[in-house]
Order: sequence, then structure tokens, then C-alpha cells
Amino acid sequence: MTGRTTDESRRLAKRLAEEISRLAVRPIRLMEVCGSHTVAIFKAGLRQLLPAQVELVSGPGCPVCVTPNEYLDTAVAYSRQPGVIIATFGDMLRVPGSSSSLAAAKMAGADIRIIYSPLESLDIAAANPTKTVIFLAVGFETTAPTAAATILAAEQAGLANWFALSAHKLVPPALRALLEAGGTRIDGLILPGHVSAVIGEAPYRFLAEEYRMPAVIAGFEPLEILQAVHSLARWLRLGEPRLANQYRRVVKPEGNPVARAVLGRVYGEADAAWRGLGVIPASGLVVRKEYQRFDARRKIPVEPEAAREPDGCRCGEVLRGMISPEACLLFRQACRPENPVGSCMVSAEGACAAWYKYGSGRWQG
Amino acid sequence: MCLAIPTKIIERQELMATVEIGGVTRRISLMLLPEARVGDFVLTHAGFAIQAVDGEEAEKTLALWRELAEDDR
Ligand code: SF4
Repeated sequence: MTGRTTDESRRLAKRLAEEISRLAVRPIRLMEVCGSHTVAIFKAGLRQLLPAQVELVSGPGCPVCVTPNEYLDTAVAYSRQPGVIIATFGDMLRVPGSSSSLAAAKMAGADIRIIYSPLESLDIAAANPTKTVIFLAVGFETTAPTAAATILAAEQAGLANWFALSAHKLVPPALRALLEAGGTRIDGLILPGHVSAVIGEAPYRFLAEEYRMPAVIAGFEPLEILQAVHSLARWLRLGEPRLANQYRRVVKPEGNPVARAVLGRVYGEADAAWRGLGVIPASGLVVRKEYQRFDARRKIPVEPEAAREPDGCRCGEVLRGMISPEACLLFRQACRPENPVGSCMVSAEGACAAWYKYGSGRWQG
Repeated sequence: MCLAIPTKIIERQELMATVEIGGVTRRISLMLLPEARVGDFVLTHAGFAIQAVDGEEAEKTLALWRELAEDDR
């Protein structure tokens, strides 16, 4: 947002924080579901700005963090097959699998290319007709339509050597699982802005209707996050669980219908395993029958090692908002960004990484 | 990973567009936002436009903040 000076922002932020303090007459725990919100909150030092009775906890909204080891092990196993090129978003590279990361496999000679857009993996396939290109299709509803569109483009280009290894996940079913499991003591939710840009408002209605859980779709500016906290504090005070969309400049009530149609054409819903949350019904996406020739799992045999989670890593509890990273004995000790034990320390959006990097960050406007 | 950035469309050929972000240009796909036009601001993620940015709504957010700031004086 432009048009505001730093002073103005500071004053506004202070004012919102004071209002929040007045409204929060009892301790409240709010979860920011999205990893990008986690980073924004830390960067701006919002935790320090908020009154002590308002706690922000990070949630499961970091795609890299919730991708289980089995997936990474499969990707690593593919990368070791002769003639295979792995095309992946950069975030996946350093995530530790059961015994190797993709970065380690690359060092050992695997052909792993970092791409910014899934479409680039099609160019790689076209330029390397004798090789097999496998695109690591990871991400939530923001990213999944781009992968679906890429599968349609692969079909149109008639590519026979391009495949997707899909592990896309859906946010609303994970929220339901989180609330069903209980124990997180969450009073309100800050909902992911860019997932919502695709899915719109309707998929979140159950939060207030079935769980009396207030929720705000929020933007990523510090003031927008404070505004979301302010609304949540107000509704909690009034005892009125509501759903609000405070990111209207990009989140239309109906989301992006074209993106949803492309997604639905290529992918169907299926149960999916989440790190820390286990298998959640209808929370993942599988390639539909019509496009199965692009599905790596179906077309290219692979034998990954038996998946193992790292000893002592409490990433699963961090992702459910049960503990803060500091409660993990490995945090800052054996587990650091340059030598991560668990996925929550790898991704820049992981709660452990954000906590490590900005733990003492102050409000900067 | 879900980070998306507002960009401005400066050129379009079929379902591909050239967008501008902070003086740098990039090629993106409009497969997920086929109605986008030259001059539009669009939210770009992983090489695709995924949603239009509504200038009027952006103005409303600004106005709301200005109002809050005024109240404070
Ligand atoms: S600090 Fe490291 S080991 Fe501990 S929960 Fe986070 S990622 Fe896992």
C-alpha cells in the first residue's frame, strides 16, 4: 500500500493495538493459518506490539512444512533414476527427507532444476526429449491451479516425457481437522489471503456456523493483520462468531471461478497425509483418470525408502499450534536454518525458521 | 509459498502476457485469468495471474486507514 508515511503507519498500528488491548478482556489465542502471515507478523514485530493477553500462534499453512517425508523420499528416489530431471520450486530443495534431501541428491549428481513457474518444466521437457522430467507439484489452492493448468498445457503440447508428482493440499479440510481434534485452544483464525483469492469465502462458512469460530480473510500488510486481530477481538468480546473478508482488493466472494474450474477438471479430491495432522479426509488432490498419463506415481515405478520422521522434532505440534518452536529441545541447538532437522525450520515460512530469524524483531512500521 | 505479487499487464498475446513489477518485466500465463486486459493490475503467483487486483477496494482500505489516522489526531 502506498500513500502512508512510516509515522502514519506507526500511529495507526499503535492505535489498533490499544483498541485490541481494550477489547481483549480475557486471554485470546488467534491462529494465523498461513506461513506468509507468520513471516509478515514476525518481520513487523507484531507479537511485541500486541498486548500480553493476545497470543498469535502459527498454523499448518506452510505447504513445504506439511509435506510428509514419504513424498520427499519418493522425489529423492526419482532423482536417482537415470535420465530423470526433477523440476521443483526452490523451497523444496533443502527439506530433509528420511535420509536425504533433494539438495544432497543434487550434490551427489542428480539433475534437479529450480523453477519459478511450473510452465518452465514443460520447456525443460521439450528441450530434453530423451529425458524424463518430473515436476514436484506441491502447494495449496493458490498453487494447485497453476499445476493443473500446466497439465493441460502439457497435453496441448503433446509432451510424452513430462510428469507431475502431486501432493497438493486443501486448507479448509485441514482447518476442520484441527478444530475436530481439539486441544489447540484457538479462539479465532486469520485466514490465508492468497488461498482465498482462488477459493473465495464460501468454503470457510462452516467455521462460524459449525464451530462458532470467528475468522478473517486478511491481507499481508502489518496494518491489515492488526485490523484482522482487532475484528476478531471485537467479535469475541461480543460473542458473535463471524466470517469477514478484509482483503477484498484481491479476494472476491466467489474466488477465481476459472482457476477453480481448471483445478476441478484436472484434479479430484482425495484423503491426504499431512505432517503433524495425519491423514485428513478429502484434503488432497489426485490427478483425474483423463490425465493419468501425466501422473508420475502411476506411470513411473519407484521404490522409496521406508519413511522415518526425525527423532525429537516437534514440527507436527508446531503446525497444530500446540507448542511454540521454543518448546522443542532441538530448537536453536541441533536445529538451525543452516542445518535443519525438521521441515518447519527449512521453509522461510516455517514457524521454527521465522521464530529463529525474527524471534526478537521489533515493530518497524 | 503462496506469496503472490501485484503486477501490471503491459502487453498481451493470446493467453500470455508481459507484466511489470518494479521496473522489471516478466512473462506470465493468463490461463487462470483469461479476461485480464492490458493496463490491469493482476496478482501473480508461480508465473500465472491468479486474480485481478481491484483498485477501488484498495482505495477503500487506504481511506479506512486514513480515517483511523485522522481520529487519532
Ligand atoms: S525446531 Fe527443528 S526439530 Fe524442533 S520442531 Fe522445529 S523443525 Fe522440528
